[in-house]
Amino acid sequence: MTPIYRTMGDRSLLVELGEEISPTTNALVQDLMQRLESAAIPGIRELVPAYRSLLVTYNPLVISSAALQSRITAVAGDTRRLSAPASKLVTVPVVYGVAGGPDLESVAAHLRIDAEEIIRLHTRTIYRVYMIGFMPGFPYMGELPAALAMQRRRTPRTRVAKGSVGIAQRQTGIYPVDSPGGWQIIGWTPIELFDPHRRPPSLLEMGDTVKFEAVRPEEVKTWRP
Amino acid sequence: MAAIDTFEVLHPGILTTVQDLGRPGFARYGVAPSGALDAFSLRVANLLVGNPEDAAALETAVMGLRLKALRDAVVAVTGADLKPMRGRELLPMWRSHRIRAGEVIAFPGPAGGMRSYIAVSGGIDVTPVLGSRSTNLPSGFGGVAGRALRKGDILRRVVVEDEFRFAGRVFEPAWVPAYPSRWRLRVVWGPQDDQFTEEGRQAFVTGIFRVSPDSDRTGIRLRGPAVSHRPGLSESIISEGVIAGAIQVPGDGQPIILLAETTTGGYRKIATVISADLPLLGRIMPGNEVAFSVVTLDEAVQALRESEEKIGEFKKRLAALS
Repeated sequence: MTPIYRTMGDRSLLVELGEEISPTTNALVQDLMQRLESAAIPGIRELVPAYRSLLVTYNPLVISSAALQSRITAVAGDTRRLSAPASKLVTVPVVYGVAGGPDLESVAAHLRIDAEEIIRLHTRTIYRVYMIGFMPGFPYMGELPAALAMQRRRTPRTRVAKGSVGIAQRQTGIYPVDSPGGWQIIGWTPIELFDPHRRPPSLLEMGDTVKFEAVRPEEVKTWRP
Repeated sequence: MAAIDTFEVLHPGILTTVQDLGRPGFARYGVAPSGALDAFSLRVANLLVGNPEDAAALETAVMGLRLKALRDAVVAVTGADLKPMRGRELLPMWRSHRIRAGEVIAFPGPAGGMRSYIAVSGGIDVTPVLGSRSTNLPSGFGGVAGRALRKGDILRRVVVEDEFRFAGRVFEPAWVPAYPSRWRLRVVWGPQDDQFTEEGRQAFVTGIFRVSPDSDRTGIRLRGPAVSHRPGLSESIISEGVIAGAIQVPGDGQPIILLAETTTGGYRKIATVISADLPLLGRIMPGNEVAFSVVTLDEAVQALRESEEKIGEFKKRLAALS
């Protein structure tokens, strides 16, 4: 497919590969990123994948925007099969409800389904990590079952605890550190999502898949994947 | 590399952090680049004291920092003129000085311009995190324990042989940046300029915007004429990667120039500040006025080439000295 290019300054190009949030569009982003990494085009500094776009930052003293666009178009048009991306499946243990999931009951009431059903639906799906953003290590994941789709909280919390598992519209995410946030918090995980002293620093990357597993609070300490 | 105590922080001022040229390469993990907001001044300060231009130094804002030298060292102050004093004497900026053990360097400020840079021979020695010594304040890592400096902190530097020969270096006075109260920033349109009304685009290029006091290292918030989106569009867009200098416009039509602590964003960006003018973003103060000039990509690249030539020429002169 031919990407759409948007200029973001004299040192980055936004490459759009679709219009919507979907696993299919996001896989195109991952595919282009993988092809650009192996093409190693001189002048490219960094690739930043998002839902439906890839931000390519570059040194304009090494390659012009026009030259970069034609190189990317050529790489995007290459249909040779790639080796499978190095994506991984990560199982995330979650204590649903109680203190770690303060919104579980209100979400249940709003959606008119019981808490057990929310847990069943949330753990049944395998989610794709669309992108990491907002803060270090925060995974935006989808697609959340339609039955769980719900707006963000009208008033965001000034502090959401590290490890909080939230839902918003058709997405689910995990807060890697304490931070302000507006997602509906239905559970808590002990998993460390971000450690700046680890390489890579983020447990998850774009293209990984995640499965949630309900655990009881007393199982957290002994839980092993 | 051996390191020695070099400064004791007597007062941290309004906000002082350790910064180098930043932490590129980890945006895909949500890690912002951080780094000196006025990279030009940081690079010059480092070159003046004989460091590689990307060494770690102190970035201090507005006023208040006081440092006590614990050992002799070579120091240079660049960036905004916060009226730096050595004891009771003004410490001339944009040149390197031998500072003696026991002397106090103070930045009473305030003056025109937001941020000043203090480089010391050898560079500030903190443990690099993800390849950089820059402080990432929102996430709390890098620099000194991921935070701003506090009273009582002891800063260390790397020991350099024969460092005092670097004292007395002077930056070309003609190349010292100006600090007006009204700034003109050069931008290129995009990435989403097509999603603003013609009136919105006109307001952006003809308007005078005032810098709001709630600006910080994350972004410069502007108040001015409304830069309106095309009608019928949702307030936000699907989040995408962003860079420093991108100018996002939320639904209220008031632009925010993104700085170095953000990797993704979900607002439309009408234009992006060109690379040559990025150091200006570290100099602009709350209360200042900002206007935008649109240039072409070719003009932007030419401007970058010219500003890099200044640094390159300065390096050549220094090399000829030593």
